[in-house]
Amino acid sequence: MNWETVIGLEVHVQLATKSKIFSGSSTAFGAEANTQASLIDLGMPGTLPVFNEEALRMAVKFGLATHSSISHRSAFDRKNYFYPDSPKGYQTTQLHEAIVNNGYVDVPLEDGGHKRINILRAHLEEDAGKSLHEDFHGFTGIDLNRAGTPLIEVVSEPEMSNAKEAVAYLRVIHSIIRYLEISDGNMAEGSMRCDANVSVRPVGQKELGTRTELKNINSFRFVERAINTEVERQIDLIESGGKVIQATRLYDSNKNETRPMRSKEEANDYRYFPCPDLLPIEIDESYVQTIRESLPELPWEKAARFQGDYQLSEYDAQILVTSHELANYFEACVKASQAEAKLCANWISGALLGALNKENLDIGQSPINPEQLGGLIARIADNTISGKIAKTVFEALWEGAKNADEVIEKQGLKQVTDSGAIQSLVEDVIAQNPEQVANYRAADETKRKKMFGFFVGQIMKASKGKANPKQVNQLLVEVLDKP
Amino acid sequence: MHSKTLADIARGLENKEFSSVEITENYLQRIKQFDPEINSFITTTADQALAQAKQADKKRAENNATLLSGVPIAHKDIFCTEGVKTSCASKMLDNFISPYNATVIEKCESAGLVMLGKTNMDEFAMGSSNETSYYGPVKNPHNSNCVPGGSSGGSAAAVAAGLAPAATGTDTGGSIRQPAAFCGITGLKPTYGRISRWGMIAFASSLDQAGPMTQNAEDAALLMNVMSGFDPKDSTSSEKPTEDYTANLNASLQGKKIGLPKQFFTQGLNADIEQSVRDALSVYEKLGATLVEIDLPNADLATPAYYVIAPAECSSNLSRFDGVRFGHRCENPVDLEDLYKRSRAEGFGEEVKRRILIGTYVLSAGFYDAYYLQAQKARRLIKDDYLKAFEQVDIIAGPTTPSTAFALNNQHKDPVTMYLNDIYTIAVNLAGLPALSIPCGISNDMPVGLQLIGNYFAESELLNAGHQFQQNTDWHKQALAKSMR
Repeated sequence: MNWETVIGLEVHVQLATKSKIFSGSSTAFGAEANTQASLIDLGMPGTLPVFNEEALRMAVKFGLATHSSISHRSAFDRKNYFYPDSPKGYQTTQLHEAIVNNGYVDVPLEDGGHKRINILRAHLEEDAGKSLHEDFHGFTGIDLNRAGTPLIEVVSEPEMSNAKEAVAYLRVIHSIIRYLEISDGNMAEGSMRCDANVSVRPVGQKELGTRTELKNINSFRFVERAINTEVERQIDLIESGGKVIQATRLYDSNKNETRPMRSKEEANDYRYFPCPDLLPIEIDESYVQTIRESLPELPWEKAARFQGDYQLSEYDAQILVTSHELANYFEACVKASQAEAKLCANWISGALLGALNKENLDIGQSPINPEQLGGLIARIADNTISGKIAKTVFEALWEGAKNADEVIEKQGLKQVTDSGAIQSLVEDVIAQNPEQVANYRAADETKRKKMFGFFVGQIMKASKGKANPKQVNQLLVEVLDKP
Repeated sequence: MHSKTLADIARGLENKEFSSVEITENYLQRIKQFDPEINSFITTTADQALAQAKQADKKRAENNATLLSGVPIAHKDIFCTEGVKTSCASKMLDNFISPYNATVIEKCESAGLVMLGKTNMDEFAMGSSNETSYYGPVKNPHNSNCVPGGSSGGSAAAVAAGLAPAATGTDTGGSIRQPAAFCGITGLKPTYGRISRWGMIAFASSLDQAGPMTQNAEDAALLMNVMSGFDPKDSTSSEKPTEDYTANLNASLQGKKIGLPKQFFTQGLNADIEQSVRDALSVYEKLGATLVEIDLPNADLATPAYYVIAPAECSSNLSRFDGVRFGHRCENPVDLEDLYKRSRAEGFGEEVKRRILIGTYVLSAGFYDAYYLQAQKARRLIKDDYLKAFEQVDIIAGPTTPSTAFALNNQHKDPVTMYLNDIYTIAVNLAGLPALSIPCGISNDMPVGLQLIGNYFAESELLNAGHQFQQNTDWHKQALAKSMR
């Protein structure tokens, strides 16, 4: 049987406010346990929440960037459950009236097309603390530093049909929150967390299969692996006569397996009701308008501009707008290279990103700044060096050289374009390889093409790579073809 | 010395008739002597009180004193008090020393008031007889076989017995007004949002409101000047500026319209109480007010709506008492669930558990619409009734309670009978309105309370009406003369 996968994501995004959503405590990551927990965060008797409006502003930004409708009235509800890292015994969230509803993002697909994924809602809520199960010898430690950190929970419609689409959607959400500077989106630190609702159904079936919810997936790579693993598990289960049970499952990245956390039968009844300690949030259109006007250029807008202004392909543009840091790098590079946009795009998406990935660095940590790379590209463009030599210069810059001109000068890498000099190199190589020359001349067109490279290689080698390849080709053809 | 009002004490201190230390010592001595019988205090804070009194005397000597500097007061044990046990009369918080002050406590301290101690109450303010306290029931100073009312029963009894000149209370469904009526004192529940709830341990957040419990309306006005005001720490507190609540006390009542809800004068109301209330109303007529019968057609929805909404909120508000961070924790829990279950089973009393269960039930999936949402709709209807009535009248008047203080151990076994004690007071909390209870008679040796309900933020108007009544009658003095130890 052929199976179809249906995926919906719930993405929790920690908002980068300075203080918590309902208290004045700092939200900085990594402080000593419980040093950033106030009376309110500890759920002390008699304490009351006061809403941090900065979180509202950020949620509205997100809503506007995702073409959503912004509620002029939203309200907080309490979600009641007992857990030691939930100090009040309830989470303050938005169930009945969310701030952001009915938006969408267009997600780039591998085949170059796009898929529109609808966003059902994004609501404000508070994060829980952390339970620390290690180091306490039979006890559990509680760290409430994170308790009360503002979150938006972004709920997509179940519209993704494979793990790759889910990751692509997640990357779009990630780039939006980074562009808007409402979150650092750091998945390893939990600033962005993803739960995936996954189900399968036979191709052609209308109703959805029973879904499971995968929790605790903390990297893009794991999202893909977790979904694929779960899809496989569900299909195997059904094909061997079993039934999928609606449950929350934990993804274990070490074993690459999902396993049940709790089934819905024993799940909590959260007894949501409007939080009586907080007034509804009421905003007017001018509030929304002010935020709309302050929105930065968003990734898809930037990509369109790059295609227009710089004549880039959609593919190149998409890569460059992945993050606004990368896009800014690109534009600075273009400027320094004196408008060699296409070359800049190639060098950034090729050599630079390759090298950064290899060392696990992001663009902000690049040892080569955009002015240095642009300087290098300018020398390629004006034929001072060949593309091949440029790689040597790039490596030197990576290792800390000051700029391309200095490297070219010091290492004598300037391209040989003097046709007299190239002519004599060609003649030397012809003279040194009579056998190959004879074979070449005896061969047919197809074989000749293959043999041509040998001579080019010998000449470039003799020139230490500095001979202008175009000129070498031209002269070599003349000499070999006209004996 | 112990029958002095706040205003008397303030004058005496100003005229150097006595010092704050002297009067504080006098009250502390009286608490020691009489409270074993009445049980109105859970904690007395003698050392702290004397230190505050000394400080107040020093300020007065330096001409730095404010009106109430050095005047003693007692606080309901629901207000968090830094460094002092704040128990809410529950075993759950028997070991809880608050790390911070409630805004009400802060404001009283800034005004120079001297805290004598923390008063007894129904556990977590849930009750109408003060019998649900972990620290035992409070006795009504008028008759120690009777309850003082609740939940602010300790505050009411302490003031009535002359163990404190005034006290703070809180009122979720009548918890200031009903004990004030039962003990023959004056109690004001202000408009919801007039006094900050920060640091006041929550029972039902949308209904809870702090207020003064005093010997007369003038003292209530003096305390309102201290307690009320916007608090940025309480999102539900009102930004409306406060006023001098004493300014209007002597205004004439000529031409005021007093509404009498026909639903308040039906069967179920004790005949003696009805008589006392009617007599009080004729006093108002003599003072120039006119009486108008009004209709509150949804009055009978109040009690059922309240007993859905208040438990619903309480079930959530009391979730934080889980034995993890503060409060009672059971011995040797075997796992997390055991810790939760036993800590809460041991820490909470019967009435609190009953309300948590009711609240949990009405919020449960499948019941929410039928109970909680219906109750919210009823609440809206009740509020609209009152708003409509206030288009017609200035003040609404009626009995505070259907009967005078009942006997201890009498109604405890039937919660519904107990809940009906609050039939005249509950709607006011649902609507968020201010209301005052003042003594208006004595029936079978027990005081009777008159309830005056005002429009939003009309505290000043209510205090004016209360004060004028007390200027022209002496029920408040007669009642106190009977209950003072």
